[in-house]
Amino acid sequence: MINKVVANADEAIRDIESGMTLMLGGFGLCGIPENCINALVKKGIKQLTCISNNAGVDDFGIGLMLQKRQVKKMVSSYVGENAEFERQLLSGELEVELIPQGTLATRCMAAGYGMPAIFTPAGVGTEVAVGKEVRNFNGKDYLMEMAFDADFAIVKAWKGDTAGNLIFRSTARNFNPVMAMAGKITIAEVEQLVEIGELDPDQIHTPGIYVHRIFQGKDYEKRIEQRTVRSI
Amino acid sequence: MLDKTGIAKRIAKEIKDGYYVNLGIGIPTLVANYIPEGINVVLQSENGLLGMGPFPFEGEEDPDLINAGKQTITTLPGSAIFDSAMSFGMIRSQKVDLTILGAMEVSENGDIANWKIPGKMVKGMGGAMDLVASAKNIIVAMQHVNKAGESKLLPECSLPLTGVNCVKKIVTELAVLEVAAEGGFRLLERAPGVSIEDICNATAGKLIIEGEIPEMQI
Repeated sequence: MINKVVANADEAIRDIESGMTLMLGGFGLCGIPENCINALVKKGIKQLTCISNNAGVDDFGIGLMLQKRQVKKMVSSYVGENAEFERQLLSGELEVELIPQGTLATRCMAAGYGMPAIFTPAGVGTEVAVGKEVRNFNGKDYLMEMAFDADFAIVKAWKGDTAGNLIFRSTARNFNPVMAMAGKITIAEVEQLVEIGELDPDQIHTPGIYVHRIFQGKDYEKRIEQRTVRSI
Repeated sequence: MLDKTGIAKRIAKEIKDGYYVNLGIGIPTLVANYIPEGINVVLQSENGLLGMGPFPFEGEEDPDLINAGKQTITTLPGSAIFDSAMSFGMIRSQKVDLTILGAMEVSENGDIANWKIPGKMVKGMGGAMDLVASAKNIIVAMQHVNKAGESKLLPECSLPLTGVNCVKKIVTELAVLEVAAEGGFRLLERAPGVSIEDICNATAGKLIIEGEIPEMQI
């Protein structure tokens, strides 16, 4: 088996440079690659285009990169609850491209499946459709949406082995498997890095062929955005 | 006139045994509390869960287990987890039977606007555009008029659209209406204590009134 292990987040992101396009897994703050985000903040590279469903909160997740003005453009489906994001957007420092969530996921999937484009009804007749090819299939209109082209995909998994096979946990799976398939180079940080043979091949969510670098993450905060509980 | 809970209770009556249902944020979320006893319904959360359970007990919150509103939740026996592409795959291929969501405006041909107000900070459409473009049955839960007292049931939407020609039914604090195939809002039921005149006054789009309009049973 090919060994994909790198020592840590700094080594995993060593060749990410200013101006590149990155995919970052997660939904809200759930399943985000905390270690790599912190390493990107420390490295201080700028002018990044970030494809991620959300943009974190002010002091966590991609919000940390926004605070250091490292992001040129966000490509997301929902960017609420982030004051610094709003400030940069309104002042024109930050560009944002809003994409329907299913289109975002499927444009990742298309990249991972080697398909140049997909057709989706999401956004037909709305401003999302402006400038896009519309095709009619069986009486219904669809928009042509292109596969993403990202330099790096950065994902977080629960378990991974040294060959890069990944297993996600619960709804922290979200965008991570489709983004893992979509990067020219894919970096996976995991809560538990194990030796080959320890994961059941039948249980693998992302085969290691899609993963170029893997490392054992540390100090996961796993912040909860909306803590809701039931009363007895 | 109904309060938000009343709207949720009325919509819950639309849910049938064996349905897979996606609930939006706001009043739609409340619908989960009033699903009729004795029927089997599976709630889909578009971040990647079928079989959404109630909020966890205090101390049992799991940061890896949230719904599309980013709230901590639980799974149920028989739940399934999947990635975001598959989640919207099952939405697009119409495996989800019913979508319930809020709206800022609905037009008499079933267009919906619920994601953007020009001049205000835009947060994004999330999964709403995918849901309304593909769902086979969409029920809108909303107030009949906005905070300025203007009707939200219009001949044409004035706000940027989320989807076209897709809303099937609307439940407000005043009435249950369906979008007629030929265009217009067909009045089906009135809320307790609400007159047809009240509904006419609050509806800017074409209102179709045929025969006796019963009072809602909640």
